[in-house]
Amino acid sequence: MDYLNQSIDSLHEQLVNKEITSEELTKETLQRIHSKEDKLNAFVTINDDATKDAAKVDADGIKGRLSGIPIAVKDNILTKGMLTTASSKILSNFMPIYSATVFEKLNQAGAINLGKTNLDEFAMGSSTETSYYGTSHNAWDHTKVPGGSSGGSATTVATGDAIAALGTDTGGSIRQPSSFNGIFGIKPTYGRVSRWGVVAFSSSLDEVGVMSKRVEDSAEVLQTIAGHDDHDATTSEREVTDWRANLNKDMHGIKIAVPKEFWHEGTDPKVLKTIDEALDTYKKLGATVEEISLPTLKHAVEVYYVIASSEASSNLQRYDGVRYGYRAKDVKNIKQLFVNSRSEGFGDEVKRRIMLGTFALSAGAYDAYFKKAAQVRTIFINELNDVLSKYDLIAGPVTTSTAFGIGEKIDDPLAMYMNDILTIPANLAGLPAASVPAGLADGMPVGLQLMAKQFDEQSIFNAAYALQEENKFYQQIPTALKEED
Amino acid sequence: MNFETTIGLEVHVELKTNSKMFSPSPVAYGAEPNSNTNVIDFGFPGTLPSVNKGGYRLGVMVALALNANIEQHTHFDRKNYFYPDNPKAFQLTQHEKPLGHDGWLEIEVDGQKKKIGIEELHVEEDAGKNTHIGGSSFVDLNRQGTPLVEIVSKADMHSPEEAYAYLEKLRQIVQFTGASDVKMEEGSMRVDTNISITPVGSDKLGTKVELKNLNSFNHVRTGLAYEEKRQAAILKQGGEIGQETRRFDEKTGETFLMRVKSGADDYRYFPEPDLPSFEIDPAWVKEIQADLPEPAENRRARYINELGIPEYDAGVLTDTKEMSDFFDEAVKYDANPKLISNWLMGEVNGYLNDKKVGLLDTKLTPEHLAKMINLISDGTISSKIAKKVFKETISNGTEPETWVKDKGLVQESDPAVLKPMIIDVLDNNQQSIDDFKNGKDRAVGFLVGQIMKQTHGQANPKVVNKILMEELNSR
Repeated sequence: MDYLNQSIDSLHEQLVNKEITSEELTKETLQRIHSKEDKLNAFVTINDDATKDAAKVDADGIKGRLSGIPIAVKDNILTKGMLTTASSKILSNFMPIYSATVFEKLNQAGAINLGKTNLDEFAMGSSTETSYYGTSHNAWDHTKVPGGSSGGSATTVATGDAIAALGTDTGGSIRQPSSFNGIFGIKPTYGRVSRWGVVAFSSSLDEVGVMSKRVEDSAEVLQTIAGHDDHDATTSEREVTDWRANLNKDMHGIKIAVPKEFWHEGTDPKVLKTIDEALDTYKKLGATVEEISLPTLKHAVEVYYVIASSEASSNLQRYDGVRYGYRAKDVKNIKQLFVNSRSEGFGDEVKRRIMLGTFALSAGAYDAYFKKAAQVRTIFINELNDVLSKYDLIAGPVTTSTAFGIGEKIDDPLAMYMNDILTIPANLAGLPAASVPAGLADGMPVGLQLMAKQFDEQSIFNAAYALQEENKFYQQIPTALKEED
Repeated sequence: MNFETTIGLEVHVELKTNSKMFSPSPVAYGAEPNSNTNVIDFGFPGTLPSVNKGGYRLGVMVALALNANIEQHTHFDRKNYFYPDNPKAFQLTQHEKPLGHDGWLEIEVDGQKKKIGIEELHVEEDAGKNTHIGGSSFVDLNRQGTPLVEIVSKADMHSPEEAYAYLEKLRQIVQFTGASDVKMEEGSMRVDTNISITPVGSDKLGTKVELKNLNSFNHVRTGLAYEEKRQAAILKQGGEIGQETRRFDEKTGETFLMRVKSGADDYRYFPEPDLPSFEIDPAWVKEIQADLPEPAENRRARYINELGIPEYDAGVLTDTKEMSDFFDEAVKYDANPKLISNWLMGEVNGYLNDKKVGLLDTKLTPEHLAKMINLISDGTISSKIAKKVFKETISNGTEPETWVKDKGLVQESDPAVLKPMIIDVLDNNQQSIDDFKNGKDRAVGFLVGQIMKQTHGQANPKVVNKILMEELNSR
């Protein structure tokens, strides 16, 4: 059976009509994942028990739309009784005793957990190259990075194995790998989805989201995991509407703002050309597209790295070897236990950010770094909200280039950080944002970024759906897979 | 050379909540290690705090009782440091915008009244506890996350006695809000002190020394007095006071160097991103203010002015909230307030000291005490019998009126019953009558004793006296 290009909707119908069973679907998915895992390294843990879970769902009867649908989960989302490592040595033996709210919700909906996908260590990175478990590979070209940090999720969705995957996005970690792999990926509004049980990187920026080939599938999964959670004081009480049922591809009267700063000279002209073509499609469909300016964007990377690293330096202090996780051996006293466990347990990129953040929060630097960054963040939020008070969407590229080669930027952290400039704004302002497949540049996928007002995920889903129905990008088979077949 | 002392106190008070400040784990003293914990208290990856609004309300109560202004727009901050009993490696506290600020309380030392300023009060979470046994260390996280309010005084105190008076007053005020047990021995009140001395007339403050391990108010007073002398001796010899933390030793009453402070600790405070900042509704604060239990000061004044209780007695009654509450409740049963007060200060306190228990640990109720006193007042029982009734009531919670009846302890006041008995006693004690006639008053006491013996102590002494005198004078 081939479901490579089938939507959740169509699979659900077949499950309900008993044309297929969840067990068959899951078994085949696992086989396909295993057959490619040597080349892709998309998973930290593959859940071989998933077929049993699927058989149980079959036995209980298919209920909701996600019932019996196999989904992959990023390995920084806690799954009770299943290793959750955040791709770090320091959590390499961590067996959670509770599950994240998002995972609980998927469970309740009857979704099947395929396993835990690879990421940059603690989601710090843009390529999965900082993972303790090695780099994942781009579905289109295995010599290239899948992007990051949700690189494993992006790859397994792009190969058509997982129908959808959960990711997290702190500075672009869902959108950038989605763009690099030619799939749809959405980071919802900050506060839309509970962070309870999600390994924290930067609390004021982290958000759980969804990646899938089709827009409607992400809408389905996102509306399942979204909503207020008593465990997370930053979640909103706002009602979650049925984004999937309300999908509307009519672009007439939709106003799209295009920040001229996104058309930066450092951005690959071929990427920009693909984006321009996508914008032309919107115009053709009845939308208006106007250039605007985001003058504060030039400070976004600095602001982001100060805030994200500061929060991370504090969030990651709990990994001390005392209660769980990796513990250094042969220590003489408590200080050595702390120092050695952390020195041996964290990778270079994580250490770099802990040091950066520790410095930015220290007594002599706080005002000039953390406080200043928080102030500039407020200015930038106002700037973005001002634009969104006049426009429905802000659009532009997701990344400055298509996927880069493995090893190409890993020794140049600044170049790696600059890579995030176009995705950071949505995190700083807590806006919903997505990457929508726009086309190919030199054979590699290019994503169009869409941002909307807080809690207006619907506008993003609608516009993404409109483009999808024009270019049908989900029908494309990644080049590397075609070569293998 | 004479010196002037400056003292500031930081007092941690545990707020009396059912659950922790940022997690739903229960708060209880003396539970199995790590039994009152959950994934939040253990600082597991992915856990997030949520604020216990009830805990914050108790903090506001304390702040209002100390005349502080309530901060309207506030948030929690992270105080970062590594320690095994601090599982997140940060403590949630209010660094930038404390719950309350600029309060005060009034103390009295040697008849002099003085206002001591409160710099600020903030709510924070307690840490766990480390124990070292043999070569191993153990961490108990039961206390982790317990709500505390830290009360920071201004450096307004200038003698160990003032510090002592401040602590007594603070304990009383907080206790009367009901927000905390404020028990030093259970750790629900903890005191850190800062002391410096400087030559009289100097406009510069001396070097601050911090004192720790002060487990009672007496230790605070003794430790500070020791420091005054120690520092003065150093300065007189031309020495310098080191900026240091010292430990009080309760055996010797001396202080010993714990560590020298090298610059300020850097806790890298920043706003807790996992909790939104919050707005305190002034209407909520008004509501809390209106609900505040009557403070000790007001109760004392009321007892003196409205109930005619002597000043000293009113002070004893308002020493603890439980005693004062008990008294107020007993007064409602129409017993004489002065008599209730006498009983509480006398028999009741005696019993509590004897048994080493608290008032609420006994079975005595305000209603029973009042009823018993009324039985004395209306002559139903004698004061002597009352002591028996009291013992029964406080030990077993027995209702006095029924018990007195059941046991046949009702006092005999009927002259028709008593008169023949008295005549009989007189007839058999001619010697005593003669003694009385010869002016020996002692004889009356003997005769009363004889009558009491015959009635098994149940004769009403007043009635007996009256009839006896009439009979004696007529013979």
